[in-house]
Amino acid sequence: MKGAHCVIMAPAKKRNVSSSKTSQQSVKKAKTDLNGKVESILESRKHANDVFDILEVLESEKEKDVVSAVDACSKLFCTLLERKELFVGKLPEEEDALSGEYSAEQKYHMFMRHRYNSCVEILLEHLSHELHEVKESALCCLMKFAAGEGQHPLEDLDWSEHYSFPRELIQAVVDRLLSKTTDNSLLISRFQEFLEMDDVRFYVISSIRENVGKVMDKSKGAVVPVYQSNVFTLMSNISVPSQQSELTNFMVKQEAKHKDWKAAKLNEHKRVFERMWLGFLKHKLPSNMYKKVLVILHDSILPHMSKPTLMIDFLTAAYEVGGAISLLALNGLFVLIHQHNLDYPDFYKKLYNLLDPSIFHVKYRARFFHLANLFLSSSHLPVYLVAAFAKRLARLALTAPPTALLIVLPFIYNLIRRHPSCRVLLHKPSTEDEPLEDPYLMDEEDPAQCCALESSLWEIKTLQKHHHPDVAKAAMLINTPLPEKEDDISEVLEITTYELMERDLKQKQIKSIPLEFETATQLLKGGGGDVLAQHFCLD
Amino acid sequence: MGKVPKKRSLADKVRKTKTSTEIKNNPFEVKINRKKFDILGRKSKHDVGLPGVSRSKAINKRKETLLKEYKQKNKSNKLIDRRFGEYDTKMAPEDKILQRFAMERQRVHDKKDVYNLNEEEELTHYGQSLAEMEKFNDLVNSDDESEEKGLLSAELTASHFGGGGGLLKKKTSGDQQEEEGNQRAKSRQELIEELIQKSKQEKRERQVQKEEAQELTEKLDQEWKSIQALMVKKTPKGESADKPEEKPKLEEYDMRVRELGFEMKAQPSEKMKTPEELAREAKEKLQKLEADRLRRMMGDEVGDSAQSQVHMSADDLNDGFILDKEDKKTLSYQDGKWNIGEESGDDKDEDEEGGESDEEEESEAEEDDGDEEEEEGEEEDDEEQDEEEEEQEGGSEEEEEEDGHSDLDSEQESEDGERKQEDEETSAKPSTSLSKEELKAQQEAAKAELPYTFTAPESYSDLKDLLHGHTPDNQRIIVARTQKCNHPSLAAGNKLKLQKLFGFLSEYIGELATRSPPELATIDRLIPEMYTLCQMFPEAACKAMQTILGDAGHSMEEVLEVKGHVAFPTLDMLIYLKVTALLFPTSDFRHPVATPALLYISQALTKCPVRSLQDVTSGLVLCCLAVEYVSFSKRFMPELINFLAGTLHLAVQDKTSLGYTVVPPFRPSGKCSDLLVLSDSESCKSWSKKSLPLSATHHMDLRNDLDRDHHRLMCLSTCLDLVKRCCLLYKDLISFTCIFQPIRTLLSKHLSSQTLPELLQELHSEILETISSAPVTHARLVLDKKKPIPLKLLTPKIVEVLDYGKKRGSTREEREKERLKHKYKKEFKGALREIRKDSRFLAREKLSEVMNRDAERKRKVKELFGSLATQEGEWKALKRRKRK
Repeated sequence: MKGAHCVIMAPAKKRNVSSSKTSQQSVKKAKTDLNGKVESILESRKHANDVFDILEVLESEKEKDVVSAVDACSKLFCTLLERKELFVGKLPEEEDALSGEYSAEQKYHMFMRHRYNSCVEILLEHLSHELHEVKESALCCLMKFAAGEGQHPLEDLDWSEHYSFPRELIQAVVDRLLSKTTDNSLLISRFQEFLEMDDVRFYVISSIRENVGKVMDKSKGAVVPVYQSNVFTLMSNISVPSQQSELTNFMVKQEAKHKDWKAAKLNEHKRVFERMWLGFLKHKLPSNMYKKVLVILHDSILPHMSKPTLMIDFLTAAYEVGGAISLLALNGLFVLIHQHNLDYPDFYKKLYNLLDPSIFHVKYRARFFHLANLFLSSSHLPVYLVAAFAKRLARLALTAPPTALLIVLPFIYNLIRRHPSCRVLLHKPSTEDEPLEDPYLMDEEDPAQCCALESSLWEIKTLQKHHHPDVAKAAMLINTPLPEKEDDISEVLEITTYELMERDLKQKQIKSIPLEFETATQLLKGGGGDVLAQHFCLD
Repeated sequence: MGKVPKKRSLADKVRKTKTSTEIKNNPFEVKINRKKFDILGRKSKHDVGLPGVSRSKAINKRKETLLKEYKQKNKSNKLIDRRFGEYDTKMAPEDKILQRFAMERQRVHDKKDVYNLNEEEELTHYGQSLAEMEKFNDLVNSDDESEEKGLLSAELTASHFGGGGGLLKKKTSGDQQEEEGNQRAKSRQELIEELIQKSKQEKRERQVQKEEAQELTEKLDQEWKSIQALMVKKTPKGESADKPEEKPKLEEYDMRVRELGFEMKAQPSEKMKTPEELAREAKEKLQKLEADRLRRMMGDEVGDSAQSQVHMSADDLNDGFILDKEDKKTLSYQDGKWNIGEESGDDKDEDEEGGESDEEEESEAEEDDGDEEEEEGEEEDDEEQDEEEEEQEGGSEEEEEEDGHSDLDSEQESEDGERKQEDEETSAKPSTSLSKEELKAQQEAAKAELPYTFTAPESYSDLKDLLHGHTPDNQRIIVARTQKCNHPSLAAGNKLKLQKLFGFLSEYIGELATRSPPELATIDRLIPEMYTLCQMFPEAACKAMQTILGDAGHSMEEVLEVKGHVAFPTLDMLIYLKVTALLFPTSDFRHPVATPALLYISQALTKCPVRSLQDVTSGLVLCCLAVEYVSFSKRFMPELINFLAGTLHLAVQDKTSLGYTVVPPFRPSGKCSDLLVLSDSESCKSWSKKSLPLSATHHMDLRNDLDRDHHRLMCLSTCLDLVKRCCLLYKDLISFTCIFQPIRTLLSKHLSSQTLPELLQELHSEILETISSAPVTHARLVLDKKKPIPLKLLTPKIVEVLDYGKKRGSTREEREKERLKHKYKKEFKGALREIRKDSRFLAREKLSEVMNRDAERKRKVKELFGSLATQEGEWKALKRRKRK
C-alpha cells in the first residue's frame, strides 16, 4: 500500500537536487545525500520514492554526480536483489501493476523492479558515455547486477530445467561494448577482469558471435574498422583454459545440475570460441587487422580451438596475399603443418618467392627468420632447394642493413652446413679455369629452375668489403672451410643497430685512438676528397 | 724399531776415538770395499769398513734399547728413580753427586733466607750491579752490548757449553773448599776459576776504556756548548762547525764559478738539415702515417705493436735509413688526390726543431726556409690555400717572419714574456681564405679589443658567455688563446680543463647548427681548434664524440621502437658526422668513433622515410658523408646504393611496370614517391648547377614551382654524381653488376636522358657506361688453399745433453717423485734389515738365556750329585769302617 502511494506521488516529488551548490561541495553533499537516501530506502519502504532522486542524479550532466549515483544504485539494487525485494517473473506494465489485484508487498516489488529495469537501461546508455570513468563505473555496476541476478534470478522459470544466468544482461553489455563508432579498447581491457570467470566468458563468447553475425550481415561485406577493432580487442583478450580442471571460477553456481551446464564444459568453451573466431574471420578485414590477427593466431587462437584445421582456409588465403601478411601467416601455417598434418603443396616455392628486399626491413624480420630457420632445418630437403634459398638470400643481402646481414650470413652458413652438398656454392674448384657469368636467375619463381647450384656465392665475397667490421668478419668465414658447429641464430635475431653501435661505444679503450693526420682547417674543404663540399655550401 | 737417534755421549766419543785408531790399524778389523771403477775426484766414505766395530756398536745399541724392552715385557710395574741426573748418561757420576749436594744446600739456604732480611744479595747483570745500571748514565750502552755479544772466546764457550757444569759450580762457590779433596774435581775447579778471573779482567779493562771515552765525549760536549753560542749568529741550525764559515763566501765568487762549471758545454748540435733532407723526412713521415692507415684499414689487430716488431738488421745504424725505400713508393693523398707528399709536412718538422733549438739556429732555419720557399714558389702559388693551412699549424718560422713585420710582436712580448712563443702562434692564427691585407687589418682590429689570456671555461654556459657576441674569427681567436693559456705543460689542472673544452666546443657546434639560421660560418672557423684539441687529447675527443653518437643512436632506436620510422637527423647531427670524418680516420677497419658514426648514417638511410624535399636533401647530405667515409677504404655500403636508387626512383614519372625493386624506406608508389618529378619540363632549360646550402636540410623557402623544380634538379644532379662516384668506388667488387642492376634499369628504361638537362645527361651516360663496362664473368669461389702439413721427418732428433747422470726429459715434479721413490726403497730395505737383525739379536738373547738357565741347572744338579756322592761316599766309608 505504501508503495502504491509513493508511485502516485512520485512525479510531484521531482526535485532539483543539486543546482545551486558549488560543484565540489555538491559532489560531497550529493554523495552523502545519496548514501543517506539509499540507507533510508533500505531501512523502510516509506522512503521508497527517493529512488527517483537517485535515478535523476544518475542521468545528470555532471560526471562526478553520475559516478556517485552509480555507486548508490549498485548498492541499493544489489541489496534489494539479495533481499529478494524485486519482482520475479514476467513483469506487468506499470499501470497494470497498479490497477491489478496485487498485494501491497507485490506492488512494491513491481515498483522496484521497474526502477531496476530503468536503472539498467540508463547504465547501458552510460556505457557509451564520453568519459571513461563513467563508463567504467557503469560497467562494474552492471556486472555486479549480473552477479546478483545470477544468484537471485529475476525470471520466473522452472530452474530445474534451465540454468540461471543473466544472459540478456550480458548480451546487452557486450552489444554496448562493441561500439561501431568509438574505440572502446580501454573499457574492454577493464572488462577483461570479468572474463576470468568461466561462465561469464562462455556467455560473452556466444554474445560476441551473435553480435558479429548481426552487425556484419547488416554491413554487407563492407569493412567496419572501429567495430572490428573493438571486436578484435575483446576477442584477443579471451583465452580458454587448457584443461577441464581449470574451470572452477564461476560467477553463478548451479547447484544440482552444474555438471551438465554447458558453461562448465571445456569442449563447449572451445567450440564457442572457435565459432566466434571463424564467424569473425569470415568477414572481410582491414589489412592491419589481418596483421594483428595473424600475430596472435599461433599462440592465442589455434591452441584453444577444438578443430584448428578449420583455420586452413583463412591462413592459405592470408598466405596468398603476399608481403608482410604472408610472412605472418607462415607462423600459423607452421603450426598446422607441424601439429595437424596439413599438407601444403608448393609451400617451399611460396616461401622462396616471399624472399624480397623488404624482408630485411619489416618489423617481423626476427619472426620470419626464426620460422624460415625452422622450415629449412629439415635434412630431407632437396639440394637444389636449399641452394636456391642460400643464393637468393645472398643476393638479397646486397641490399640489407648491417643488422640483417648479421642474421643472414650465419643463416646461409647453417644451410650449407646442414646440406654438405651445397658446399659447391662456396668451393668449386673447376677443371676449366675460365671465369663465367652468374648463371643464377633471380627472376625465376621456381627454385628448381633458377640454376642456383651452378652458381657461387659471390655476394658474400662482396660483403667481405662491407663497411661494418662485424659483417665483414662474418663474410670472411667463407675463405676457410666452415666450422662444423652451427651458429645460433636466435642470439642475433633481435639485434638492433644501437646494440651494434654500443659494441664500439662501450668498448674499453684499446691503447690509443687513431687520429686523422691530415689537418682539418675547414668544415668543407672543397678538395677532391670532400664530396659534401662539392655539392653543398655552408650558408 | 728402525734407527735409534744417534746421540753420542762425550764419553762414547772419547772411547771411540781412542779405540778407532787402534782398530783402524788392525788389519783384521778392517774390511776394504773394492770399487769397480776408480773415479778421479770422487770421495767415497765407504771405501774402508770396520765390521767388527759397527757390529759391536749395533749390539750395544740393541742391548740398551731392545733388550731392556724385552726384559720389561709383561711387567706392569716400573721403578723410576727421580734423583737428579739419574738417567743422564752424559753426566759423570762425580758431577751427579756434586749437583745433588748443591741442590740440597740450595733448598736449605732458601728456607733460611725467608727471614733473613738484612743479608740481601746484590743483584747483578753481566757482573755489574743492577742498582747502578738503573741510573742509566751510561749512554753508550748499546755499543757495549754488541761488543759483549760478539765476543765468544774459547774459554767462554767451553764454560758455557762444555757439559753444563761450569756455571752451576760458579754459583756454589762456597762448596769449593769441601770438594778439594777430590783430585779430579780440583783440577777442574782451578780451570774454571782461572777462566772466571780472565773474563773479569777483560771486563774491567773494557769498562775502564769506556769510562775514558765517555769522559772525553762529555768534555767535548761542554766545549762545543761554549762554541755554539758563537755560531748561532750566523747559522742558527748549523750542524757542523765549518759550514757557517764557508757560506758567506758563496754569494759572489762561488756562484760565478759554479755557474761556469755547470754551464752547458758547447754541444755538438744536430746538423742543420738541407731542404732535401727535410723534404725526405717529411715524406717518410707521411709514408709511415699512410702505411699505418692502410694497415688499420685491413683490420690488422696486431696494430700498435707493429712498431716494436720492426725488423732490425744487424747493420742497422738506427738512423732511420732504409735501404729499399725507393722501392716502397707508397702514395700519400692530399685533398683526395693521390700525390707524393713532398711539401705538405715540411714545415711541421721544422717547427718541432725550431721550437727547441737556440736563436742562432732559428735564424739559420729561417734562412733555409726562405730558400725553400723560393724553391717551392710555384707550387705555393698554386696551392695558396694549402699553404695557409700549414701556416696555421702553429709555430712555423714563416709565420714568425710575417709577424716580424708587424709591431704587435713587441707588444706581446712585453706583456707576457713567458708565453712568447705561444702567443706568437696565436697571433698568426686568424687567417683563412681572406686576402692578406684584409687579414692583417682584421688581426689588428681583433687584437685591439681582445684580451690575451682567458681562463678555461668550467661549464658549457661559461664557454657560451665567453664566445657570445664575437665574430666567428674572434671566437676562434678566443678559443685558440684559451687553449694556449691553458696548455697542459703550464699547470697541472690544465689538461682536464682542455679536455673539457673539447666537449663544450662540440656542444657549442651542435647548438650553432640548430640555431636558425644555422651559424655554419662560426663552426667552420672553430674546426681547426677542434682538430688541435683532438690531436692533443684523443681519448677525451673520442669520448665526447662517442657520447654524442651514442645519444643520437639511442634516441633514434627509441623512436623506431615506438613508431617504426624516424625523421631524418637534424643539421647538428649532420655536422657532427662531418666533424667526425675530419677528426678521425674513416678508413679504419674498426674505429671507436668512425664505425658507430657510419652505422648511424646507415641506420638513418634505411629507416628514415623520405616525405619532403628537405628529407631528400638531408638524405643526400648523408649519402655524401657516406661516400666520404668509404671513399678511401672502398667499403661496400648497401644502404647507400639503396638510398640513391630510391632517390632516383622519386624522379621517375611513370611508376607502372617497374623492372626493379625499391628497397624501404622508399615505396614503389604512393604519396611522396613523386617528390623529384619535375612539375614543368621547361624548367630544365633555366637551370644551372650550383651548390646546395646545408641549411636546406631543415628549412627552405621555395616560392614557386620553378624554384622547386630547380631544387629538384639540384638534388638529382647530386644524386647522379654520387651514383657515379659509387660506380667508380665499387667497380672492383665482384657483384658490381648485381648491385647496380636496379640503377641501371632505372636509368636506361625509366629515367631517359632526354628529359634531363645537358649536364645531367652527361652524368647519365657516364654512369650507364661504367656499369655496362664492368666485367660480368667471375672465377668460381674456391676456399683458400691450406698450407700443406709437412711430412714427418725420419732423421733422428739430436738433443744436446748438458748434464750427464741426471734423469732427463722429465719435469721437476717427476724427478722429485723418482727421488722419493728411490729413497723409500732404500729406507724400506734398511728397515727390513734392521728388523731381521733385531729378531736375530732377540733370538740370540733368548738362546743365551736358555743356555744360562740350563747351565745353572746343570751346575746345581752336579752340585747335588756331588753332595750326594760325598754323602754316599761318607756313608760307605762309615759302613766300611763299621765293617772293619
